[in-house]
Amino acid sequence: MNQSLDNDGAKPAGTAAHPRTHYNLRLYVAGQTAKSMAAIANLKALCEQHLVDQYSIEVIDLRENPQLAAGDQILAVPTLVRHLPPPLKRIIGDLSDSEKVLVGLDIRERAPS
Amino acid sequence: MTERGYAMPMRSQDTGRGAAVRSFLSKSPPAAGRSRLPKVLTGIEGFDLITMGGLPAGRPTLVCGGPGCGKTLFAMTCLVNGASQYGEPGVFMTFEENAEEVAANVASLGFDIAGLVAAKKLAVDYVRVERSEIEESGDYDLEGLFVRLDYAIKSIGAKRVVLDTLEALFSGLGNTAILRAELRRLFAWLKVRGVTAIITGERGDGALTRHGLEEYVSDCVILLDVVAHEQVVTRRLRVVKYRGSAHGTNEYPFLIDDQGISVLPITSAGLGHEIDEGIVSSGVPGLDAMLGHNGFYRGSSVLFSGGAGTGKTTFAGIFADAAARRGERCLYFAFEESPQQIVRNLRSTGIDLQPHIDAGLLRFEASRPSTYGYEMHLARMNRDIDAFDPEVVVVDPLSAFRGTPTEIHNTLMRMVDLLKARGVTALFTRLISTQELHSGTDQGISSLIDIWIVLTDLEIAGERTRGVHLVKARGMNHSSQVRQYQLWDGGIRVIAGAFSGHRKPSAAPVLIASGKPAAKPKKSAKKSRR
Repeated sequence: MNQSLDNDGAKPAGTAAHPRTHYNLRLYVAGQTAKSMAAIANLKALCEQHLVDQYSIEVIDLRENPQLAAGDQILAVPTLVRHLPPPLKRIIGDLSDSEKVLVGLDIRERAPS
Repeated sequence: MTERGYAMPMRSQDTGRGAAVRSFLSKSPPAAGRSRLPKVLTGIEGFDLITMGGLPAGRPTLVCGGPGCGKTLFAMTCLVNGASQYGEPGVFMTFEENAEEVAANVASLGFDIAGLVAAKKLAVDYVRVERSEIEESGDYDLEGLFVRLDYAIKSIGAKRVVLDTLEALFSGLGNTAILRAELRRLFAWLKVRGVTAIITGERGDGALTRHGLEEYVSDCVILLDVVAHEQVVTRRLRVVKYRGSAHGTNEYPFLIDDQGISVLPITSAGLGHEIDEGIVSSGVPGLDAMLGHNGFYRGSSVLFSGGAGTGKTTFAGIFADAAARRGERCLYFAFEESPQQIVRNLRSTGIDLQPHIDAGLLRFEASRPSTYGYEMHLARMNRDIDAFDPEVVVVDPLSAFRGTPTEIHNTLMRMVDLLKARGVTALFTRLISTQELHSGTDQGISSLIDIWIVLTDLEIAGERTRGVHLVKARGMNHSSQVRQYQLWDGGIRVIAGAFSGHRKPSAAPVLIASGKPAAKPKKSAKKSRR
């Protein structure tokens, strides 16, 4: 994680964009691939850093539960789906770019460009 | 279609699309399939013929074309026919419309998607790809798509798969490098699974598809096209590529209407058709006598040309009546008058077609020539002929088609080929002016026609007098006389003997009684008709 001293990251996790909000996250993977493992690790690290006690993660292996793929419109793997808070958000990839994950989950404002 | 509103209550006679294709296939020798490449029938009329058996089995086929050219319908038709007719369940994976929209769109073709899904013959999976809803972070692959497809295939034991259209992925996902690698993997995977796949793709500038899908699908590529010419739209289909198989290479017109999709492989008809020595009566004894063989050869093409009011439609109606009286099926394409009008008008000459219509021996197909392009008319005629399987066809009139002589010539040539290949005796009518008759405008058409009968209208001593003569009659020792004929409430009376033109013969019965051989059959027929 190359997350370091910028505004949100430096503060305790509770001061993220949505304090007291519970993040219900679901991570879809397909088998124990390197990408899957990386995504799980990256997500856990990120949540521990920014969403302490505010999150729950459910990892779904589509190899075991293929019928679940259609429900959440899974196309790419890994896909992180934020069910709560609404609206529904999808982030695809191994979540190695944590800046994008934070923006994608609305934990951090999209940087003006 | 509203043009079909005229259609007589004969629809129940349809043998069904599938049956028509099968009978068509069995009739046409090239379809026997010299290739050993395994193929699956699409059930699309005509298409299975030009591809000599359908799509490559267990391999992907790319169907590409511009917006609104019928890609989705084509793919869906293959799938539904496979599921309902050939015992091959199918998966429809859609990237553009959701399952309800897909079902609604094809309901007009009579496809019961919900029913097939309930019967586990079809699975529809809507893959929603929305760029704005997806954030990308790091490396990913499309395994989710594979998982879904695999799950859908396994759930119903699918043999056919449609992906409509994969290119939506390009707008939904940012990393084209990953996407391309995954597409390559997907097509390889589909081949390993041994499913017959149809992938649709939007046509791009200077390329078959916008994102170069043809790069991945190299087995079979089909191009659909819509051409609007003088406000008339024609759909065309071309098999661009078919690895390991011979196929028709032309652009074939196809049509989409309430009957589904049909492709018209007219150019697949050649001159190799079987000929028939049998004779078909024109229904007019005096005319049969002029022909020397008591009628036309079965399977020949007959043209009646003449000016306005010379009774072309009456000749055509009597011909249809005679066919029905012999118990033959007659398909009457009316391009100028409604069937009711034709039936009514013919009653004045003592011919009642209505009983034949009721008996299912005569069927009218009426449409305005301007409704469709030539090719579309041909395609519709092809389909109607396939469905009704007539012995005799009337096209009344040919002159209703306007266009360049080349176009008309091509259309007529294909029409004639089409009919000849089936051994159908065809009667065409054509309105011409006297000037045209003498300037030889009909010469081009004449070369396609076996028997050319010209009806003329002369004004003699303040009275209109009609004359009929044979310009040509292939293989027949025909009369070279111009004979006078009259329309009366018993049909058409051709007066035997050369018509001098100097005066109107005073009383027809006198001439009939004159004992010339030509007049004899007419007399008996007249009695039977009364």
